[in-house]
This record gives sequence, C-alpha cells and structure tokens, in this order.
Amino acid sequence: MLQLLLRRLAQAALTVFIVISLVFVLFSVIPGTFTSSLQADKRDVSQDVIERLEDELGLNDPLPVRFANYVTDLAQGDLGVSYATRRPVSDMLSGRIWASFKLACAAIFFAVCVGLPLGFIAAIRQGSWIDTAAMTFAVSGLSIPGFWAGLLLMYLFSLKLHLLPTFGYGSGGLSHLILPAITLGIAPMALLARTTRAAVLETLNADFIRTARSKGMSERRLVTRHLARNAFVLVLTTIGLQFGSMLGGSVVIEKLFAWPGVGSLLIDSVGLRDIPAVQGAILVIVLFFLLINTLVDLAYLVVDPRIRYN
Amino acid sequence: MTRKIDPMLISRRRILTAMLASTALAATGFAPMVARAQDSAEPQTGGKLRLVAPYGSALQSLDPHATYESQDMAVSKAFHRSLYVWDSASNSVVPDLAAEVEQSEDGKTFTYRLHDNIYFHNGRQVTADDVIWSFTRILSPGSSFSGIPNLSGIVGARDFLDGNADQIEGLKQIDDLSFSITFDGFVEPGYLLFDAVTSILPKEAVDGGDFLSNPVGCGPFVFAEHIEGSRISGTKFDKYYKQGKPYADEIEFTITDDYSALDLAFRAGELDATVLGESAYVLYTQDPELSKGLIEIAEMFTRHMGMNLEVEPFGDVRVRQAINYAIDRDIIIEKLLKNKAFKAVGWLPTPSSGFDPDRAPYPFDPEKAKALLDEAGLSDGFEFEAWVTDSTSSLGVLQAMTPYLAAVGITATPKVVEAGVLVDAINSGEATAWFRSNGTGPDPISALRSFDSRQPRSKNRAAYNDPAFDAMLDEALGTTDPDKRLALIRQADGHIFEQAPVWFHNYNKAVLATQPWVHGVDGNVTEAAIIEVDSVWLDENAPSR
Repeated sequence: MLQLLLRRLAQAALTVFIVISLVFVLFSVIPGTFTSSLQADKRDVSQDVIERLEDELGLNDPLPVRFANYVTDLAQGDLGVSYATRRPVSDMLSGRIWASFKLACAAIFFAVCVGLPLGFIAAIRQGSWIDTAAMTFAVSGLSIPGFWAGLLLMYLFSLKLHLLPTFGYGSGGLSHLILPAITLGIAPMALLARTTRAAVLETLNADFIRTARSKGMSERRLVTRHLARNAFVLVLTTIGLQFGSMLGGSVVIEKLFAWPGVGSLLIDSVGLRDIPAVQGAILVIVLFFLLINTLVDLAYLVVDPRIRYN
Repeated sequence: MTRKIDPMLISRRRILTAMLASTALAATGFAPMVARAQDSAEPQTGGKLRLVAPYGSALQSLDPHATYESQDMAVSKAFHRSLYVWDSASNSVVPDLAAEVEQSEDGKTFTYRLHDNIYFHNGRQVTADDVIWSFTRILSPGSSFSGIPNLSGIVGARDFLDGNADQIEGLKQIDDLSFSITFDGFVEPGYLLFDAVTSILPKEAVDGGDFLSNPVGCGPFVFAEHIEGSRISGTKFDKYYKQGKPYADEIEFTITDDYSALDLAFRAGELDATVLGESAYVLYTQDPELSKGLIEIAEMFTRHMGMNLEVEPFGDVRVRQAINYAIDRDIIIEKLLKNKAFKAVGWLPTPSSGFDPDRAPYPFDPEKAKALLDEAGLSDGFEFEAWVTDSTSSLGVLQAMTPYLAAVGITATPKVVEAGVLVDAINSGEATAWFRSNGTGPDPISALRSFDSRQPRSKNRAAYNDPAFDAMLDEALGTTDPDKRLALIRQADGHIFEQAPVWFHNYNKAVLATQPWVHGVDGNVTEAAIIEVDSVWLDENAPSR
C-alpha cells in the first residue's frame, strides 16, 4: 500500500506540474490580460493607473521570468498574490475549500442515496414499468442542464413552497445546502443509476450467482451477500470519478446559488485573467481529483480483497 | 477674499436646476421614472436591509481605494464615506463629510470644514488629518489606486506621485477639522471626490494589517462579515454623523450576477431591492403588483458603436453620419432591448448637467444615408468588421442593425470576442468598429474628453482629432461662469453629435425593483446599484423586522 501511495504521489506531482504549466502558458498567450479585463468593466480605469498596475504586478516581465518566479514560489508553498484582490491566493482559497467540499460531499451523498437504489431496483425488476420509469428519470437527470434544474428547484422550493432559501450560504447550515447539493447531484445520480443497473445486470448473469441460486440460497441473502458487493466494485469507479470532478464541475451551480466555493472563484478569476487565482483554484481542483481517485483505489482493496496493486 | 458655499444652498439651487431639467426631460420622454409614489410617511427604524451587489460573484477588494470594479462600489457606501456624495434628489454631487466649503476668488482652492461629529467605526473622530492621509495614500509613489486620476489635478500631486516631492503641495491642513485643496486648474471637486475610490479612511486601521478582511470606515454601517463569493453584511453604526440614520439595524448584500436567481429571490421576498435584466423587466412591467415598485433610471452610460477614424472610410464624416441615419433605433430599442434603454441624442446622457434637451436625435432616414454615401463616393457601399461581445447590447444590436446597413449597401461582419480582448483591440487600434458602453457622467467635461485628441488611445478610442473641439473643452474648463460653461459643454456635445465619431445608440435604462415595504430607495444615475443606504427604511410589513 505504501508503494501505491508513493507512486500516486509522484504521479500527482507530475500531473500538477503539467497542469499549472499549461494553464500559466495558456493564460499568458491568449488574448486579453488582467488590466484589459479591468477596462472592460463599466468603470473606465485610466491608462495611467493601468500602466502603474502593470509595473506593480510585474505584468511587463517576460513570460519565462514570470513562470520561473511562479514555480519557485509554488515549490515553497506560496501560491502567490491575486492580481485582483492583492491578497494571498492561499487565504482566498482557504475560505472557499470547505464550502466546495461540503457541497461536493452533500451532492455525492444525494447521488449515491438516490442513484444506487434506483439502478439496483431497475436491474432487479428489469423490463418492468419500474425499470422504464427509473431509467427515464435517469436519462432526464443526465439531459437537464444543471443551471436549469437549479432554477426549477428554486422556483418550486423557494418561490412556491417557501420551504428553502433561494440562494446564498446563510450561516453554513443545511437549509442553504440542500438546493445546490441536489442540483449538483442530479447528473451524477442519473449516471450512477444507469451504471448501477448495468453492473447489477452483469453480475446477475455471473456464474457464481447461478451457482448460489442452484444451491438454494435465499434471494435476500443472494442480493445482500453476493450481488450488491460484487456490483459495487464496478460502481465505485463511477462514484470516485463523479466525486473527484465535482469541485471543477460545480462552477455553474456555485454561481447560480451564490455559493462561496472554489468553482465560482475560478470562473471569476478566469474572466479577470487573474492568473495566480486561476492557478490556485485549478490546483485545488486537480489535487482533490487526484486525492479522491487514490482513495477509490485504496477502497478497492477493502471492497474486493482479490484486487492487488503490484 | 473667498466665496462661501453653503451645502444647503448648493442643494437647493441644484434641486431647482434639477427640477427644471426634469421638467424639460419629461417633455422629451426621457425622464427617470419612479413607478411607486414617493414616501411621505415618517421613516421607521429597525429591520435588516437585504440588497444585492449584482455585477459579479465576488467583491474585488474591501479596501475602497484599491478597487476598480463597479461591483465593489455598490457595497462601499454602506461602510465608507467621501467628502461629497451623489444626491439623487437634486441630480448632483453635494458635500457629505464636509459641513462647509469655501471657494477662493481664483476658483482653484477649496477650503473645507468637516462636521464635528464624524467618527470612524473604531470610535476615533474623523479629522482633517485623515483626509490628508487618505489622499496622500492614494497618490503615494508607486501606487496604482484607481482614485489617482481623481486627485492628480491637485497642485503637486504629479510630483509626489512620481517620487519627486515629499508632500502634496496643494493639500494643506488648517486645523483639526479644516483643510484646503488647491487644484492646478478649474475643476468641480464634487465630481472628483464623491466616488468610493476617494473614501476617507483611518490610517491606524489600514496599517493595522487586517483591513482587507476587516474594513473600518465612517459610513452608516459597521462591517460585520464577508463570506467571499456569497455575501457581505454590516450592523448599524450608532455614532454615524447623520443623526437618526441609518434607519435599518442591519444590512446584507448578496453577491451574485445571476439575474434569474435574483428575480426568483426577489419574488420570494428574500431581497428588498434588486436590479433587473431585460427579460425580467418586461415581466415586471406587465405585473400589476411588481410594476408598482419599479424605479427606472437613465444611467450615465452611453451605448454606441465606436468607429476607428484612422481606418477608411470612417475618416469621412459623411459616412459616419450615414450610419447614424441608416438605422432605426426605435425598433431596436423596442423589440430587442424591450424598451430598457433611452434613445441617445448625443454623447452626454439625459441626467448629465450638459445634456441638451432641445437636440433632436438622428432620424431614421435611409434615403439621406444613401445620399451621404453617394457624396462620399461610396455608392456601392462598403464592408467593415465590427468587434462585439456576445451580449444582447453588443452582438444582438449588431445583428439587428445588419439589415438596415445592408439596405444602404453597407455590410457589417461581427467578430465576437471576450470583453477584455475587445478593449485590447480598441486600445491598440486593431478594431475597425466596436460596441461598447461608456461611462458619460457625472462630469460632462471628463465625459467629452473621450474625443479629446490629446488623450491616449485608451480614452479617445475613435482617434478623433479635432483641435476646434479640444479648444471648446479647454474654454469650458477655464470658465468660472456656470451658464457660460454649460453653454460651451452643450456646444461641444452638439459638435460631437454632428461629427458622429460613433453611432449613437442609447443610454442604459437601469431598473430597480423594490418591495412594497421598502422606502427611500433613490435612483442613482451614476450607478443604479449604488443605493444611498442610510436613507432606506423598512415599514412594519418587512419580513426582516
């Protein structure tokens, strides 16, 4: 296991370096700069201020110099200072990581709690109206854009039923979390339902299931002891991938719900060409993805003892 | 000898002027409109004001000197104050922290005396020293604060900014509460010193280390909490210098630019006021209840299609005029923009002091357009590329214009880019034509400098070169007689209108929706989202009471 962790660590370091290099170079060569984004605001920032700002932020330095400075600082754990807020990027992220993590956990919780049983029941009742209804629901969940689903939920639960707040973070409690979590969780839920159905159907046709049945094992025992556990190994990958990509995938949902997460920071920073903040946000998203995938790999060992990493 | 300017007299005079101007504007159909009858009831105290910062999903900075974004301005006035403030009732800037203002005989020095009951949220009294320190901070060598242009006209400011002087010559402290500011030329200091970027801040709090996360000002509310990307809140400042204000106990701004979500939250009663987008505006005007709370404001922003006069055939005034004659603005404003705009009749917008209510817009006259193109030797028309963003007011308007232009032989091809890229293309001279909204107030002379040939390309984007026009502006600036100055400003605006370096489209109609329980919301023409929050109050029906 230690060997696996070390290998993953080395892979993560390489991945992070490639990603930050690509982002840095990309944002430095595409049209538009931080200062031009300021001039695009309703307020006109004077050229004099723009030139002073460029000097102050070192934006006129050659690209290799800026990149070398960035990498050197990063190696020392310094994510730099945001062009826009003049605050350390690490400070900006620290306030947002928890909000994003909380939202991602709640969304994956919703997806697993609804998607897994839905897919399982659909597979067990293959061809029945339950199967058809469940898969129609799943396909709909995959088809509806997140922001549209969010608006519909806002309309229903806030405007019509007055049960939940429309948007915002509140005091960080459950009431503000429910709508964005469901919105973010709908697509993974639908995907999980379909994946679970396929995995259960595949497992149902396996030899050991037939053998267990022929030995006279009860259906309840068959499902809980053999079917669920074996199908779950296949579903685990989907859960890991969906959970891992939630920080990056929550950009639109965070904006819609005024949720103070890493995703909304990323999209604002991209618009502003605030490269240090973009880099910081992407770094968090990439590291989260890598961490979740490593945890999923470790979870395989627990769920299926036959799996070995050499 | 000095001339004493009583703030109240200024207000009264300007209110009268504004009333006359409003009457004139109403006659032209451009008057800002408040749908609900003005409140006559006695203001009530208490409750939580729930407003919105609607131009992004984050604030850039809680330091008002260090911000460049409109988004932050919507919030700043709740926590900070400046020497002047925009007064929507009189449609002008009026002294705020200053109790008295005296102007010297030569018109260049202004002596201020602060109210003696202004305190920062940390309990310390605001003194003249704080004003001097705040302005000195903005102009400190090597700084890049956005208020630099506002203060760079002070005598010695440039030398100080460039590190060639130890202090700013034109800033003088007289006593604890008095100081003077001397400018290089004739200016209206109110236009320069009302913005949040020139807020008066306490040195000890700014230097304290946590000002960016715990700002201290002398505004009506004390900073309470900022959840980045979601909300910022404050509580009533009991020692606020305006007695009895603010009326609300708390304030909270939701930070989001998602207008669909804002619409739903407003309808659900979770916001007391919000800014409306075009589609919501149509629905609200058609709703008998929601329409009662609408405040429509002709903001000081002029939307236009800019033309690069260094690229032919836009160097020819007849071509530019032809474009202005060729397009039916009324149809575009009505059908595309859902009447959420006022037709432009010049560079200076309707609420500007320099607006000429007697000027008629370019009529829709394709025959005249064709004749002008014939005169310019372009009987077969011409083609050009227009740089646009993908917004309705940019790409949408270009697409609506296209058939009109085609009818007179002009082919416009859109080049869709991001807003920042558009700015770069304009400033570098790469763009041939572009769609943009320019801030055109409240200082009319500053707004007209957009066509001053001595300005950098980032200001004079059309590369308009007309020494006669430059001279008009200089003469207006050098004139102390307000009537003569106004006449010169209107003459200059009329000149630009005739020369048509842009296609004059519209002045943005900003629309605020307010709940029935909210009172005292002003219609700020400089920026609708900046509400003078110390005067807003909530009646007994407010859910937050």
